[in-house]
Amino acid sequence: MKVLKQFLIIIGISLVGEALNYLIPLPVPASIYGMVLLFVLLLTGVLKLDAVRTAGKFLIEIMPVMFVPAGVGLMVSWGVLQPMLIPVSIITVVAVITVMGVTGRVSQFIIRRGKRGEKQS
Amino acid sequence: MNDFFMNSAFAGVALSLISYYIGMELKKKFKIGLFNPLLVAIVLTILVLLAADVDYDVYNAGAKYLSWLLTPATVCLAIPLYEQFELLKANWKAVIAGIVSGVITSLLTVFVLSFLMDLSHQEYVTLLPKSITTAIGMGISEELGGHVTITVAVIIITGVIGNIFAETICKIFTIKEPIAQGLAIGTAAHAVGTAKAMEIGEIEGAMSSLSIAVAGILTVIGASVFAQFL
Repeated sequence: MKVLKQFLIIIGISLVGEALNYLIPLPVPASIYGMVLLFVLLLTGVLKLDAVRTAGKFLIEIMPVMFVPAGVGLMVSWGVLQPMLIPVSIITVVAVITVMGVTGRVSQFIIRRGKRGEKQS
Repeated sequence: MNDFFMNSAFAGVALSLISYYIGMELKKKFKIGLFNPLLVAIVLTILVLLAADVDYDVYNAGAKYLSWLLTPATVCLAIPLYEQFELLKANWKAVIAGIVSGVITSLLTVFVLSFLMDLSHQEYVTLLPKSITTAIGMGISEELGGHVTITVAVIIITGVIGNIFAETICKIFTIKEPIAQGLAIGTAAHAVGTAKAMEIGEIEGAMSSLSIAVAGILTVIGASVFAQFL
């Protein structure tokens, strides 16, 4: 019964996310509204962590598998993708490297500067 | 085979799970980056469908229930985020600066390369939202007049590449702080990358989850500005 209740809460929040996506004319998906909502509910103590934890951790653990159908869908979009294949490949590979590199280095720089500051003071 | 698949509720899900499981076993046996479970699962599933002459729509009639779980699973990313809230609060400057610079880098990279390769405006806006989560990216592409199907494909490819090479790229750029790793992976490769960040560690996973939401929302604004440039 415990996990059932947890799953019910998670689905309920997803449903509210869907409603927000329907009502607010922004390209923000239901999942992001739901994530922010669950975060706020946990933060304000309206929901205790134990109320969603077991079912939530299970869903997160099996999450990678949920991307398989979308990936297999490339089989169908291959036709439209093909004429743009070379620019798409170059941009995709380069951008993954630049974005990961810049984001990581910038945040690491600030974290380490903060740590040094703490030590000095 | 098409007939069986059409009448089976579990064939699509089972095939996806088995392929992923084989990918996990391969990764355990051979510690090579190429044996990324997600990549192996996608390739194996495509090969099986092609060999058995089963249409994607037939496969997806069952497999769509896996995709259906993505919304509740993404909602649950709030859990690690909540668990790491103290860390997030203590490092909010690094978090904001990291994600903002990553989003700008993404848009700038697409702009510069599109300009150099002489892409059309439509091709350019199709690729602009490539680093963020599918649902937001689709919306942006549609609004800017891009080719939505290609945007979705490119977003998924980006995620898979990010998932496979996350550890290598972090090593090359000597990104060692768990917070910085998580932010880097989530900003560059959205939810598919986050799946990898979760495997690396709880802090990485939480920061990556946060990046999906923040980078996605920032890109809504950023892409509409960058769309004017080409």
